[in-house]
Amino acid sequence: MNDLTEARKPPVATTGILGWLRINLFSNWVNSLVTLFVLYILIQFIPWILNWTIFAADFKYNFNGEEIINREMCSRVLDPENGGACWAIIYVRFYQFMYGFYPREEVWRVNLSYIMLAVAIVPLLFDKFPFRKHFLKFTYVFPIIAFFLLNGGLGLEPVSTNKWGGLLVTLVLGCTGIALAFPLGIILALGRRSNLPVISMMCTLFIEFIRGVPLITLLFFGMVMLPLFLPEGIDMDGLARVLVAVTLFQSAYMAEVIRGGLQAIPQGQYEAARSIGLSYWQMNMKIVLPQAIRISIPSIVNTSIGLFKDTTLVIIVGLLDLLGIGRGALADTTWLGLAYEVYFFVSLVFFIFTFAMSRYSLYLEKKLKTGINMGAD
Amino acid sequence: MKKLLSILAVSVFAFSANAGTLDDVKNRGFLKCGVTTGLAGFAAPDDSGEWAGLDADMCRAVAVAVFGDRSKVEFITTTGKSRFPTLASGEVDMLARNTTWTISRDVNLGFEFVGVNFYDGQGFMVPSALGVSSAKELDGATVCIQTGTTTELNLADFFRLNGISYEALPIETNDEGKENLFAGRCDVYTTDASGLSSTRAAAADPGKWVVLPEIISKEPLGPLVRHGDHQWGDVVRWSLNAMIIAEELGVTSENVDAQKSSNVPEVLRLLGVEGSYGEMLELAPDWAYQIIKQIGNYSESYEANVGPDTPLEIARGLNALWTQGGILYAPPFR
Repeated sequence: MNDLTEARKPPVATTGILGWLRINLFSNWVNSLVTLFVLYILIQFIPWILNWTIFAADFKYNFNGEEIINREMCSRVLDPENGGACWAIIYVRFYQFMYGFYPREEVWRVNLSYIMLAVAIVPLLFDKFPFRKHFLKFTYVFPIIAFFLLNGGLGLEPVSTNKWGGLLVTLVLGCTGIALAFPLGIILALGRRSNLPVISMMCTLFIEFIRGVPLITLLFFGMVMLPLFLPEGIDMDGLARVLVAVTLFQSAYMAEVIRGGLQAIPQGQYEAARSIGLSYWQMNMKIVLPQAIRISIPSIVNTSIGLFKDTTLVIIVGLLDLLGIGRGALADTTWLGLAYEVYFFVSLVFFIFTFAMSRYSLYLEKKLKTGINMGAD
Repeated sequence: MKKLLSILAVSVFAFSANAGTLDDVKNRGFLKCGVTTGLAGFAAPDDSGEWAGLDADMCRAVAVAVFGDRSKVEFITTTGKSRFPTLASGEVDMLARNTTWTISRDVNLGFEFVGVNFYDGQGFMVPSALGVSSAKELDGATVCIQTGTTTELNLADFFRLNGISYEALPIETNDEGKENLFAGRCDVYTTDASGLSSTRAAAADPGKWVVLPEIISKEPLGPLVRHGDHQWGDVVRWSLNAMIIAEELGVTSENVDAQKSSNVPEVLRLLGVEGSYGEMLELAPDWAYQIIKQIGNYSESYEANVGPDTPLEIARGLNALWTQGGILYAPPFR
């Protein structure tokens, strides 16, 4: 009696779509209720949102086929019952949303910077990128090139930062803040854990001071008080002053995130590194920091996303970032009252960037398997 | 001796750094003018990125007076909080940022208001369906009011003086007030009249709302400069006055060339045909002519930016000339 009976199929309710539904959505009566409730909400809202944003919306022309040049021509103003979003305000002002008041004949410089930013960042993000080493050399010099390209100099027409605006300002603030704050944060975190009391005290003081005040305070500090500390005659650019404030703010938070990672590294790792004769810097660069940063990735991305969104606060000191340009558009008498469209567009742009950041961090976490028990292997 | 020389050098340096704003502006080649980050009718970027509005015109008028070119101005956006430090630190040469002229700002903050380019004041907006024609009929109304502002105090005073009662619905921002009024949660919204007009223009159907005629507070908005530089203050003051005087004399951007051969003495003085008023201000002889030619007189700027034909539909009211029932008045040009 050795012939095996054929394995029976699992119950229908545990495999396939039905099984998935049962396990994930209807596993008990509370979950079932929540699922039904969410479904109801989605059915109510999704068609309405799609209709408003796409099917009934005006892009360039209204329902009469006329090109929209002011609010009165929007379908939703002409026919409040049936008209959807009036994206013409975004269409007409797309340039401002992207570049602010950057002179049109010089705008190729911003576009070139955007392209170069992509070339500099993509190889940095994916370690399987072909010829990555050579691209990384470019990544290091990119900030210098971008500075001259955007700001002028070296034979290029200077463009005052007053004329920068929109996504350009948001990206400059976000990228510079995140890029500069990372190394600064590592140094501050190491400094705070240092055995040398002076260094550790100074770093702690700095971090606690910055973390103890809101970003707005620092922005005002940068805008109003920084010039007082500079020698007479040196006029520091408004955007640069805000950048200093944003970078200091972000570096303090980054330092605490990385310190959290450092504290999670078992003492044995330090001792092992010491016992094979590594110096302080060798130990940190080769053994401790790679592990510490690896486990802090979610928090690093978290604070970076936070900073990216916080850049909208610069409107308080009079810089027109993406949101500021949007508000400016709403103050134009031609377009008064199209607030939904503008805020929708601005949040969509922010969502694209922050969502990309958070997806990338997920990818990194999976690749580096940050979940493993560090001490055991 | 060496020490003395260095002290001397330092003081000379300090002196040169304090040269007049007018010279600084001329040397720099453009005017730096502080405006709002966007306020309907006063200063906002248009579709092509050019700043437009009553305050923006004020900036351009000064640029034209100094350089004869309306494009020689850089607009620096400031917020309600950052405007005064920005002016005090010399980052801008002047502010034209719907700023109310008050004694503490004029005296204590060390600024000099050089005139008024818009007389604003707190007003009331109600749904036209309410059938009210005067604020005195608002007994028992629910009023949307920004908390912690002077408007709140003015409101209480007004209702008390008239012996009528109201119920306050406290709000934080203008947008909140707008939403509450449109949703019918309050009967009345009160803030500055210019703000009411832009709120009304942003409504789905502006015809459903009316701004009541009562104005219950004084909010004179005008350009300002730093204390102590009277020469520069004069340039800004007379750039504004030239626009008002031009309206009074009937000189417009259209007819300004023909008016050069006018037989009215004040027109000839204004346009620089007679007298040496430009020289007194250290400006070109035709500075006022250029302002009128390139910007227009006060009425033209008003009509184009906030007047009855714009979506804001703000009647001239107090801002009409003194000869036409308003209080707009410029000293004589002689």
